[in-house]
Parts: sequence; structure tokens; C-alpha cells
Amino acid sequence: MTQVRIENATKMYGNFAAVSDVSVDIPDGSFVCLLGPSGCGKTTLLRLVAGLEDLSDGALIVGGENYGDIPAHKREFGMVFQSLALFPHLTVAENIAYPLKIRGTSASKRRARATELLELIKLPGIEDRYVHQLSGGQRQRVAIARGLAIDPKVFLLDEPLSALDANLREHMQIELRQLQKNLGVTTIVVTHDQREAMSMADVVIVMEAGKVQQVGTPMEIYRNPANAFVANFIGVSNLIEGQLVDRETFDVGGASIRLTPDDILHIDPSSPATLSVRPEDVVVSNDPETGQLRGEVLFVRDLGASVEILVQVGDMEITSVCTPKRRPDVEVGDRVGVEVLTGRATVLAQ
Amino acid sequence: MSALAGRLKDNRVAVFPTLMLVVFFLIPFLIMFAVSFFSRDEGAFFAPAFEFSNYARFMSPFFFKVLMTSIGLSAAAAVLAVSIAVPFTYFVTRMDSRAQSIILVFLLSVLSLSEVIIGFAWSTLLSQTAGIGNLFAALGIIETSRSFTPSLGALLLGLCYLGFPYAVLVIYPALSRLDPELPEAARMLGASPVRSFFNVIVPMMRNTITGALILVFVFTLGAYLLPQVLGRPQHWTLSVHITDQAIFQSNLPFAAAMAIFLMMVSLALVGLSTLLGQKRT
Repeated sequence: MTQVRIENATKMYGNFAAVSDVSVDIPDGSFVCLLGPSGCGKTTLLRLVAGLEDLSDGALIVGGENYGDIPAHKREFGMVFQSLALFPHLTVAENIAYPLKIRGTSASKRRARATELLELIKLPGIEDRYVHQLSGGQRQRVAIARGLAIDPKVFLLDEPLSALDANLREHMQIELRQLQKNLGVTTIVVTHDQREAMSMADVVIVMEAGKVQQVGTPMEIYRNPANAFVANFIGVSNLIEGQLVDRETFDVGGASIRLTPDDILHIDPSSPATLSVRPEDVVVSNDPETGQLRGEVLFVRDLGASVEILVQVGDMEITSVCTPKRRPDVEVGDRVGVEVLTGRATVLAQ
Repeated sequence: MSALAGRLKDNRVAVFPTLMLVVFFLIPFLIMFAVSFFSRDEGAFFAPAFEFSNYARFMSPFFFKVLMTSIGLSAAAAVLAVSIAVPFTYFVTRMDSRAQSIILVFLLSVLSLSEVIIGFAWSTLLSQTAGIGNLFAALGIIETSRSFTPSLGALLLGLCYLGFPYAVLVIYPALSRLDPELPEAARMLGASPVRSFFNVIVPMMRNTITGALILVFVFTLGAYLLPQVLGRPQHWTLSVHITDQAIFQSNLPFAAAMAIFLMMVSLALVGLSTLLGQKRT
């Protein structure tokens, strides 16, 4: 019902294209994350959907209707801002019920809806408090409740969890996702945190320099990045430069890595290429003759739950991650063998 | 002795401001306060005495009316100037920073105009022969050019013009610090731009708006030239009458009594509005 289609959306500020020719289909009821580094245009894209910015070119279709000319206050969307933008001169209940007051709902119904939403966000009984009396996490939830008060067609959130500390943020990610699933509201979240995107989204839209780099499920994007930018931005990735000889052989300065039919090739054989391999698919061994590559250990980072080993191979730095149980007996400066496990690798254009 | 020296040392930051206030404000004020109880002497301005006749004279219907006119005019000018200044400043803060600084510099330069220049400029602009009356007549809004001054409207216009830049300069810092996402949030929740202005911006700016009202009110209360240039005699403010008594009637004790009274009334009004402003937030 409220499927959102963005067609060739462009937003120009003078000569600068903040969003450039973006086309995305957002299915009804899905949870979508706009992911990218700061300045990539993700917030501008969200504000275009909200109606807080006007499209320079392109179209926005919501539920089959053209929304390009509908002003923000008539779109019936919900939005949570980065600063939360709760009204300090109103109580929690008045904040949540503000959109209902505008729509002429009676005082008793407004109060009932505020109470209902506060129960939904697990903060019952704080109706009459003011915003400055709430903790950061409580404010966050109240802002979410206010955005949901009118049962919005589309729910938009701009870096909603960025002000929270790490533990609370991870907790809220789960809660937000569960809330969205229960309500079934089409939701678009802007974030620069790939972990956040991976833990919440049905679909991740990776953006860079105003353009969409890749659209896919979190796992598709992690396992099969479309280009080097996506590979690097979504978690750490080893980008090994070399030559794709044929469909089964990737050549790295004389050493060859055998590819399997499960590896994904984005380019044709016999061209310069980059092999993207996740650190968990790289195994370091203290026997220099094991594996396809040789190198020297630069750094060992023991994080308790996992161990990261940084190895210098030629002029590349390759990262390997393993569990403490599988940790090879290596020290900084040791000559080691590096085995690249294929089957989950991606060959990208250079 | 050392305790006293220690206390002096602790409070030394207060020495300079205290000295300034005592020399330039408290002593002159006390002199004026004393003079307000003196008796009038035709030959030598005043003679030391202690009588309430000056205050008693002030309690006449005539001077009560003058006081009410003064307060009413200043209050109306304050409300008008601030009502125009709030939306004006709001739009200024939404412009890019270069345009903002140009407008602020322009406003600051308006401040350099004295009451005299503002008064006579408006009096010319509103006159029959050289004023906007000719423009209105040419546009067909009125039949023949006429003078718009002296009148209550002209006087209010002048007072507003005088107070407006001050109102903007008081409101500007608070408005430019206001989170731009707040009115945007109101819009996303369904408020039209006008409604979000009155529902969000105005309530959040309550203290600043009160401050601007007080400033323009107190500032225009002292207006002395504008009522004479742009108003009729019945619009003369207490400041005009004080000057009249002090300079032309040579009755300094009565002028002093009126000045003290004006100050007390404006202090009381300022105190009251501050109290009201605090209670609601």
C-alpha cells in the first residue's frame, strides 16, 4: 500500500549535486537503511522523501501517488530527527499528541493515544514530565512515539540513535526493529554505522557522493559488494590487487589463488582486478609455506572474543580475524603463510 | 584587619563596577531624589525643604492622564515593534550567513541615527508637500495629497522605527541558536509553516520576547523629541512635560518628582513582566 518509489531523484545546491539521479524501490512494510559516510547525500535523500527539501529533478511516488508537490505537513509521514526536536515547552503527552491536536482530535482521545504509545515504547506513566526531566534513552523513545502517533504512511528516522552510548544504541536497534515489525510501517533510517544498518534493515542502500552504490539485503551487501567502496565501507575487507587470468585463477604477483564457482566475478577474465576477501576468510599460519601468499606480521590485536592479525604481503596489508582457539602461534615480525579461503570472495573491477 | 583585607581581595572584581554605579548613577539619583522634595524658588530654581507638594501636584487628573498616555504609547510601540521584529528576525536567521551579516550591519547603522534625524525624516516623509501623500495620490489611493503628521499614528510609527532595531538585536541571538529541526519537526507532524511558527517558535522564545518588549518599552518611554515632532500636544509624553517643567518653567523640584515617579512606574512594570515571564516557563 505505501510502497515508496524514488525515480531519478536529483537535488542540486548551486552546481553541487547532493543527490544525483537516485532511483530506488522501497517495498511496503520494509525496513530500509540509507547507509554511507557523512556528506554522501543520505540525509538529503531522506529530507527529499520527507518534503523538507524540494526535488531539483525526478519523482517521488508514495502508494502510487506523486508526492513531489505535496508539502511536508500534508504528507502524513512520521519523522525522528537527529536532534530529536522534542518541544521543550510541552509535556511528554503533549509532545506525542501534538500531531493529533493539529488534526482536531479531542483532548481525552489525545491523552489516551499518548498513554497507549507510551506503553508501546515501554515508558508508561511519564505523560506529565517535561523533556528536560528525561534521560537520553527516554527522549529517544518519546521522539519515536511522537513520530508514530498518527500511524504514519512512512516512518523516517535521521541518525536516530547517534546520541546514545554504545550499549543503549545496540539495545534500541533491536527494539526499533521489533517495533517496526509489529506495526508493519514502511521505515527509512539514515545511518553512517554499518553495524546498525546490518542489525536492523531488510534492505540496505549504500550511498557515496550523492549516488547509490548498491542496494541489497545486509548479507548480499556484505558477501557480494558491488565495488571497492562498498566492500570497504561494510566492515573491514581485504582488497587484493592482481589479475584475473581465467574464471578459476586470480594472479597476485606470481602467486595464484584458485577461485571456485561460488566466488562472484564482476568483470571478465584477463583484466586487472581486485579480489575482495573478508578477514574471517584469511587464515594466517606460522608455517611460511602454507597458503598462497607469504608475509610478515605487523600487528596482533587480541580483542578477547576474536584476534586480529595484520600481515604485510608485498606492498599490501592483509587483515585476518580468527577465534582465540584457532589463533596461530605468531608474534610481530614473524614470517608467516597467508591462506586466502575462496568460495565467499568477490572479484571487482580495479 | 587581615580579614577585611581578605574580603577586599575576594571582591576586588566588584570595585570598578560599584565605583562607576555610585559616581555616575547613585549620587546623581540621590541628588534628584532630594530635589524632588525641595520647594520651588522663583529666583534661584529651588530651595532646600522637605515637602510632598511636588508629588501631591502630580496626583492631578491632568498628569495622571499624561502618565497613562506615556505608558500606553510606549507599550503600544513595544508590542508593535516586537510583533514585526520576531517574524522579521526569524526570516533573517533562515538566510545564508552572508545575507544575515549584511542585514545586521544595516540595522546597526540605523541605530546610529539620532531621535532628531528619525523624527524630522518621518515628519518630512509624512508631510503634505514632500511626503508619501503625493505617492498615494499619484497611485489613486487618496484623492489629493494630505499630511499624515502630526498624529497618533505618525508618533507610533516613529517610536516603532526607533525601537525596532533594538528588538531585532535582542531577538536575533536566541533565534539563531534555535534548533532548525524544531520547526521542521512541527511541519512533519502536520503543522503548516504559520502554525509551526506560533506553536513552536513563539512559545520557545517567550523569555526573549519579554526581554525585547521591556527594552523597547523602557527605551521609548524616554522619547522626548518624537512626541513633539510627530504628535499633537495631547500625545506629549511625561518626558516632554519633565523637560518643559525643568527648562521652560524652571521648576526643577516638580520635574524631579515626575522623573522619580516615571522611573518607579517603569521599574514596577518591568518587574511585573519579568515575574510573569518566569512563572510560565
